[in-house]
Amino acid sequence: MTNTAYQSHAERATIFNEDEARVNWHDETLWWVRQKRDRAAHLIPEWESLRELASGIKDNVLSNLHDYLVSFEEQAIQNGVQVHWAADAAEHNAIVLSIVKRHGVNRMVKSKSMLTEECHLNAFLSEQGIEVIDTDLGERIVQLAEEPPSHIVLPCIHKKKEEIGDLFHEHLGTPAGNADPQFLTAAARLHLREKFLTRRVAITGVNFAVAETGEFVVCTNEGNADMGAHLADVHIACMGMEKIIPQRRHLGVFLRLLTRSATGQPITTYSSHFRKPRPGQELHIILVDNGRSRQLGRPDFRNSLKCIRCAACFNTCPVYRRSGGHSYHTAIAGPIGSILAPNLDMKEYADLPFASTLCGSCSNVCPVKIDIHDQLYKWRQVLVQEGHAPLVKKVAMAGMAFTLSLPSLYKIAGKAARWTLSHAPFAVNNKLNPWYKNREMPQVPASSFGEWYAKNRTKNK
Amino acid sequence: MSSRAAILSAVKAAQPSLKPLPALPVSNVSNDLTGLFSETLLGIGAQVHFVTDYDELIRIIGSSYDLGKRIIALNKVFAPIAEVEAVYTAPLTLADVELVILETNLAVAENGAVWITDDQLPARVLPFIAQHSAVIVRKEDIVANMHQAYEVIGDQVYGFGTFIAGPSKTADIEQSLVLGAHGPCSMLVFIL
Amino acid sequence: MRVGLFIPCYIDQFYPGVGIATLQLLEKQGVDVVYPSRQTCCGQPMANSGFAHKTGGCDELFVRNFHEFDYIVGPSGSCVLHIKEHLHVAGQEDKAADIRNKVYELTEFLTDVLKVETLSAHFPHKVGLHQSCHGQRGLKLAGMTELMSPPFSKPEQLLKMVSGLELISLNRKDECCGFGGTFCVTEEAVSAKMGKDRVQDHLLNGATVITAADMSCLMHMEGILRRQQSTVQVKHIAEILNGETA
Repeated sequence: MTNTAYQSHAERATIFNEDEARVNWHDETLWWVRQKRDRAAHLIPEWESLRELASGIKDNVLSNLHDYLVSFEEQAIQNGVQVHWAADAAEHNAIVLSIVKRHGVNRMVKSKSMLTEECHLNAFLSEQGIEVIDTDLGERIVQLAEEPPSHIVLPCIHKKKEEIGDLFHEHLGTPAGNADPQFLTAAARLHLREKFLTRRVAITGVNFAVAETGEFVVCTNEGNADMGAHLADVHIACMGMEKIIPQRRHLGVFLRLLTRSATGQPITTYSSHFRKPRPGQELHIILVDNGRSRQLGRPDFRNSLKCIRCAACFNTCPVYRRSGGHSYHTAIAGPIGSILAPNLDMKEYADLPFASTLCGSCSNVCPVKIDIHDQLYKWRQVLVQEGHAPLVKKVAMAGMAFTLSLPSLYKIAGKAARWTLSHAPFAVNNKLNPWYKNREMPQVPASSFGEWYAKNRTKNK
Repeated sequence: MSSRAAILSAVKAAQPSLKPLPALPVSNVSNDLTGLFSETLLGIGAQVHFVTDYDELIRIIGSSYDLGKRIIALNKVFAPIAEVEAVYTAPLTLADVELVILETNLAVAENGAVWITDDQLPARVLPFIAQHSAVIVRKEDIVANMHQAYEVIGDQVYGFGTFIAGPSKTADIEQSLVLGAHGPCSMLVFIL
Repeated sequence: MRVGLFIPCYIDQFYPGVGIATLQLLEKQGVDVVYPSRQTCCGQPMANSGFAHKTGGCDELFVRNFHEFDYIVGPSGSCVLHIKEHLHVAGQEDKAADIRNKVYELTEFLTDVLKVETLSAHFPHKVGLHQSCHGQRGLKLAGMTELMSPPFSKPEQLLKMVSGLELISLNRKDECCGFGGTFCVTEEAVSAKMGKDRVQDHLLNGATVITAADMSCLMHMEGILRRQQSTVQVKHIAEILNGETA
């Protein structure tokens, strides 16, 4: 469903909403994940103070990021790890390519890494004749479907099992019409096992990197990151540089919060700590900036870099649930994506901070207490000031500001609006009025409150 | 200027003034950690057996698995039923392992996880590549939560360590939970 | 105690009954209420659209109209929240800060300042309470299902004082209705769907009246209900607490 022509969130969401039954299914599935998160959080009496703690640790990280990065690199190098620095996505991709070429390899396995999605690594490598197999089941499914993931934790949450069954029938040779998750997963197990056993290079993401020890942690339920890394001769770990945490023991805080926030599980099946390469293996880490240092310099938006990519904000967001990840036309969708993306390209992503009612639920579920909904509001101001508001809106707002600053003009305008609605409803109740598509207009009262008060109260005062 | 230098200087210029690191909580010990550990394990798809000695353990393994298939363990006590090599240098040769028997010195009650490091593994890939897994946990090695777990781990030096909580799983297909994604399809936990 | 009555622009123009109910309700509690007649709008529609820099006129007007009162009370969580968080006037910052401290949404004023314990209101209907987001999460009018803290609700507390009123339970207690200001037209498809779902939750659970502390949410849901030709009504909480009948 990747569309090269620009379509805003609102346009894509309108298309998404054409199939109401499907929207209901998508919405209910993600609400269910939100409920699982609630249940898990309720079992931890100290949940809210844990969030506060994680938030405080990440605040410290952002304020000391330079030294933590240097310390992490120093430790990692001492451990026998090769550390690379990539200023942007292109450089990240080039580094991966150079490592792969040096080993004379043209195929590899990759476990889930939203950073590599952000850098469009798969497409880049493919152009260079290098095959990348995504081994996370959800990622493999969207890879076969030639779509990007729609959710950072549940990549194919937008796909029904029948659709997955069809994909597997086409690409894996499973029987037509078989949509049983157990059967399909077993088929994927066999299919991907063959890849693990034959690929020499494995790419993983990084959930957390510890400055104190130079180790990094990769969390999966499936075990695919480990299957790739422990069988390959070369393990490349790709990391947004904000994923650093100060000390090993801080992992206790984040590992308690991450999966409960993401899926409601107490912890992922595997939380693997990589410190040194396996004897005879090469272990590489690529530290990526790609706009993060710029975001770090924005006082209003730097807190977005505390994100641990749990997607709790996606699952609680009533707009995300009813518009789907692809409506955000960016690697990381949902509320957090809407405050990260404008930093990358204001013009391209000017629509995202407006894809919200500012209900505030996202900020409440964020395990590191990012003030997401406040940042959505603030991005709106920045985007308008930077000239990314449509002319129609600018004119309307200027008119509104003028009218509302003059009480007498406001009263006239109000009266005129009420008159139009009651005497010429067709002027408003038509296709040009988006409100009217699914809703009746409000009924018109005989007088405004101000008029009533003037008539009934002022003479008594 | 190298990217490293450029990035570090950009970060230094952009980062806000230092905020202090908050102190980690002092964790209280909860009651009946063994009970909580066992209950949590059942909730995440593992099976639990309380045993008093290794003989009982081996008997249960014998009746739960096909001893004719390839079984690997580190502990020499399993020599009658398993390969007990100290190390495997060619991980690909382990593709046909049916069962891996793991031992741990640290388990976490709140999430059913066990901590295993590379010095407890003949090959790093073993806990993942085997079709099934079994783990032996001693009651006294169970802590309440992850804060306590990291207190126990302390400054331990390892090349690789992992928390493993139950069998591998996925719910990627319409949120239907399936056990046995890429790692072991089952996990048998023995509590000694 | 002199209270300045803050009547949001759309309530002034389209739902004067809510303003009247608020006024009467406060007066019944013995409060001296004044309605500054030269008020217009708090500026929220512009600010939320990214045009906060254009609300200077509204802000100045607000300070001029309201700075002299002991309290400012308005029947709208989102408008009161906007003032609380965003009212600033160059050269009059102390007045603006003072207003931000003394502006209250109606239900929190009743529970926290007037400490109302009884109401002589009778409303024998099955009522669904919509927890408008800005009031709930912004002004902390009620607990939130996603926060691990003891549940409470100021609007609910007041509705429980109304005799005959049966509060129904919803499947999703505090999901947003989808109005969201200009969102309701710029993201019409999602907004309408969110509204439909909210309404459906109330219908499924037997509500014959939907109430809230924010008329904007109710206006949006009412638009959907009337399009569906439903007999379910919306009623602002001020009207119920003021003793009006359905």
